[in-house]
Amino acid sequence: MSLTAPSTDDPRGGKPALAPLDDEHVRGIREDFPALAETVNGEPLSYLDSAATTQRPRQVLDAERDFLLHSNAAVHRGAHTLAGLATEAFEDARATVAEFVGASAEEIVWTSGATDALNLVAYGIANASHGRGGPAARRFALVPGDEIVVTEAEHHANLIPWQELAATTGAVLRSVPVDDVGVFDADAAAAVITDRTRILAFAHVSNVTGFVAPVAQLVELAHDRGALVVLDACQSVPHRAIDLHELGVDFAAFSGHKLLGPTGIGVLYGRAELLNALPPFRTGGSMIETVTMTGADFMPAPQRFEAGTQPVSQAVALAEAVRYLQSVGLDRVEAREELLAERMLRGLAEIPGIRVVGPPPGAPRAGLVSFDTAGVHAHDVGQFLDARGIAVRVGHHCAQPLHRRLGLTATTRASAYLYTTTEEVDRFVEAVGLVRGYFGEA
Amino acid sequence: MVDSLEGLYQQHILDHSKLRHGYGHAENPAAERFERNPTCGDELTVQLVLEPGSDRVAALTWHGAGCSISQASASVLSELAAGLTTAELGEKIDAFRAMMRSRGGDEGDEAILGDAVVFQGVSKYVMRVKCAMLAWVAAEGCLKDVA
Repeated sequence: MSLTAPSTDDPRGGKPALAPLDDEHVRGIREDFPALAETVNGEPLSYLDSAATTQRPRQVLDAERDFLLHSNAAVHRGAHTLAGLATEAFEDARATVAEFVGASAEEIVWTSGATDALNLVAYGIANASHGRGGPAARRFALVPGDEIVVTEAEHHANLIPWQELAATTGAVLRSVPVDDVGVFDADAAAAVITDRTRILAFAHVSNVTGFVAPVAQLVELAHDRGALVVLDACQSVPHRAIDLHELGVDFAAFSGHKLLGPTGIGVLYGRAELLNALPPFRTGGSMIETVTMTGADFMPAPQRFEAGTQPVSQAVALAEAVRYLQSVGLDRVEAREELLAERMLRGLAEIPGIRVVGPPPGAPRAGLVSFDTAGVHAHDVGQFLDARGIAVRVGHHCAQPLHRRLGLTATTRASAYLYTTTEEVDRFVEAVGLVRGYFGEA
Repeated sequence: MVDSLEGLYQQHILDHSKLRHGYGHAENPAAERFERNPTCGDELTVQLVLEPGSDRVAALTWHGAGCSISQASASVLSELAAGLTTAELGEKIDAFRAMMRSRGGDEGDEAILGDAVVFQGVSKYVMRVKCAMLAWVAAEGCLKDVA
């Protein structure tokens, strides 16, 4: 690995003894990411779309390949040598990911991604509401008049499963309103969370505004009312050190492909006590203890949620991605992204007609910036940047209600990660400065 | 290279995206269709107004919001449609779709498509074809409604 940094302490785990990531470190890191050396439209690629999906380092690609070349087999079934090796690798990966987020291994359920994980919780609660899961599951059952609370800023993946759950149980879906820049505070949440609230679901970090939710305050508000807390951690787990036990949330979801890992794998975290009481959403092979022609007993978590063939090589690769991030240090990643976001904000603030959404300068913000360009549609902005090799996301970023609230149909989003250079940010800012002129708006 | 953009954003397209010919609301359209592009949230409503007792297009009006390609394409379509019979408009829509699906292979017949041939460059940008087609698909729906 080429990301060695001056250190007087244990280089793993991101202890403060590691020097902050600078452009020289980042150039070293980039050598691990072949995709970043691509040329697009004759220009060097500036990949500023990591909030959508991240590039993968060779180490992750190699780990998946090595597993497939030497120990591929079905897991948790079969008694041959490869089956044993594969099962061991699969469960070791679970332990690695668990330790990474401050959880224990039996609290980590493999899913196909965060969307799948959030659906697993919502449909598990729906099943409990319809009487499945026996006495242990009654704690989850919703009745008409119960309330599910989300925020107006949610990604559709953390909104629509709750809409469906409300529709099938008679529960009422309520939302915490956001202000004119798309953020909210604990007071706004407190006005919506009541004794009828049974579930509070929200994003730790907004994929549109970069807003960092006040998790501790929200958890306290919800738990005081006896509500469960479901955290969409897609944009936080890859970018900052997270301890889920310390955060005190009941469930959390994140995706592998947003943290240097493969697509097709994600994680549902649930407190052990809750996971073992929640009825399964998908049923089938490998999640049962005994089966008769009339019924089945389910295994304890996490296996009860892992019916059917599992994404084994993806789990192995995801664990390698986690080790890669740990070797760099999550605190350094977070600090670096903060600097890059500041640089973007400073640059964009100089450009007439650019309206950045999200927290004002100086307030906590993740390493992403979404903005409107007066008179120019986001798709046209994205196309203009793409011609210069700059990859950004355009559209509503799967958050239509938030965009509607902001009076916009689409924005342009640039998002940074540990491999983003300051030159890329500068190239991006310079190009944005030319957009309105090109389209005859300035 | 920024030069590569010129094939996509021809000056005529940029002009039409500002001009927005036919933008507005018709009083009593013979047909009206709404189309959206779910990937970007663009929304467009097309209204077909016919000459009284005739299958001739009096006006094709449209309103909505979207990118420069979708707005320009609606503008060009509106300009093209006025005065045509519904059958003639249908033929032009077919020709436009064939060109847009050609990934640059179909140059477009100016005798049939008029100014709409400027969108030929867009057909190479697969992600933008839907933007250019939006108004035309809505117009096609209107023709079905009055058939």
